[in-house]
Amino acid sequence: MIEIVDIKKKFGEQLVLKGVSASFEAGKCNLIIGKSGSGKTVTLKCLVGLFTPDEGAILFDGRNFTAMDFLQKQVVRQEFGMLFQGTALFDSLTVEQNIKFPLDMFSNMTEPEKIERVNFCLQRVAMVNTNKKFPGELSGGMKKRVGIARAIVNNPKYLFCDEPNSGLDPKTSLVIDQLIKEITIEFQMTTVINTHDMNSVMGIGDKVLFLHEGRKYWEGTNAEIMQITEGELFDFIFASDFLKDLRRRAKY
Amino acid sequence: MLKIFTSFGEYLLLMKGIFAKPEKGRMYWLETMRQCAQIGVGSLPIIAIISLFIGAVTAVQFSYQLRSISLVPMWWMGSIVRKSMILELAPTLTALLIAGKVGSNIASELGTMRISEQIDAYEIMGVNTKSYLIGPKIFASMVMIPMLVVLSVFLGILGGWLAGLLGGFYSSSEYARGVTDAFKGYDIFIMFVKAFLFAYIISSISCYKGYLVEGGAVEIGVASTEAVVMSSIVVIVVNFVVAFLLL
Ligand SMILES: Nc1ncnc2c1ncn2[C@@H]1O[C@H](COP(=O)(O)OP(=O)(O)OP(=O)(O)O)[C@@H](O)[C@H]1O
Ligand SMILES: [Mg+2]
Repeated sequence: MIEIVDIKKKFGEQLVLKGVSASFEAGKCNLIIGKSGSGKTVTLKCLVGLFTPDEGAILFDGRNFTAMDFLQKQVVRQEFGMLFQGTALFDSLTVEQNIKFPLDMFSNMTEPEKIERVNFCLQRVAMVNTNKKFPGELSGGMKKRVGIARAIVNNPKYLFCDEPNSGLDPKTSLVIDQLIKEITIEFQMTTVINTHDMNSVMGIGDKVLFLHEGRKYWEGTNAEIMQITEGELFDFIFASDFLKDLRRRAKY
Repeated sequence: MLKIFTSFGEYLLLMKGIFAKPEKGRMYWLETMRQCAQIGVGSLPIIAIISLFIGAVTAVQFSYQLRSISLVPMWWMGSIVRKSMILELAPTLTALLIAGKVGSNIASELGTMRISEQIDAYEIMGVNTKSYLIGPKIFASMVMIPMLVVLSVFLGILGGWLAGLLGGFYSSSEYARGVTDAFKGYDIFIMFVKAFLFAYIISSISCYKGYLVEGGAVEIGVASTEAVVMSSIVVIVVNFVVAFLLL
């Protein structure tokens, strides 16, 4: 479980996060949604420690991450997996070396054990036999899968995904969403996903956090979100007049 | 002016960050070996060609000047070429070439990793990116560049010999006498002082420029140009300071 307690983050004079609190549970896909510029990426980067919040705390199963020094953070980070928006695969390494890297750096496994684990993860994301390829030789969707494989190779307790669907066609998006959902349940990870894709919200949003201008505006499940009939969230979900109209008619 | 101080502060903080206990020694070792191969082997051909010709040109020019002064025996040429190569030409030229080649390479590699979030990816895995990405580059430079300088000295002397024979300025035995005459260990000491300093300057400045890139492809280009320009200038200034203080 991850708890965010009233975090604030400033860039220069601009207060980007104006006090956000939330908690994310294990075995669930926790979604952070919101308009472009609402602070989703900043929130996620605060969670993983790439940004330090100016105020507030972030707790990983009770451990206060914000108060830790670099070495203590390093230990917690070994329980992190992250899928980056641009995948951030190491382009000088092969697919296999990419996925194996966290094991090489932090585990005491033997080489055959590592390879076995890598192959298991590759199989999990349906990318068998791509071991020797370089990231440059893969399509966007394939890179995302390899990114997921790398994120889960060290059995993380916490999985973070920044816009897992950006740049993917709707069908591939669904596949990636399902994959994330399955592994979240299978390994009981606490998964936090940044997205503005309503398909993901409806498909995998066990818990949804709607950010608006740096504040938590709404919190609930994907079932509850459809009950919304007005306000910023309504505008966000039914972005076009056409959709709004459709929604109003469906009500009657 | 303030910007220079903040940059220097950032640079010092970055350098301080390198000193951390490696998460896994073997991985750091492998990365260092990879960097050594890239820096050393990659720069070998260009250093070899340039040193050979610089030695040759030194021999030709000094012979041309000394021939008019008949008081100076031609066998001195050997020691002139040797001294010039060891004290000045080999370290400085190697450093400038490396600044252009390896400096821009390092800055754009780290810059690309920064922009494409690869550095963030390492960071989130729990890797200390300052020590893992920068440490091996600086260490490998400080191992390989002095070796390249030594090689450059030998090839420069070889170049001088060939040029002399070709132009008929002196015989092989005369040249050999000059090369071995009044040999001073202190010169070698100066050469290594320069080589180590230059290696550190080039690699650390380039890492600094690349590691802290913000923005996109344009900024990566700017960073790698700045890395080359800045390390070349610092090399030349430090070269003067070392000569001034130690000679
Ligand atoms: N490194 C930074 N320095 C300064 N300002 C920043 C930085 N990162 C983000 N911001 C600002 O914080 C605000 C929120 O940005 P953020 O990237 O979190 O938005 P987002 O919700 O992820 O949007 P998108 O859906 O477009 O990715 C923006 O106004 C942005 O300008
Ligand atoms: Mg974002």
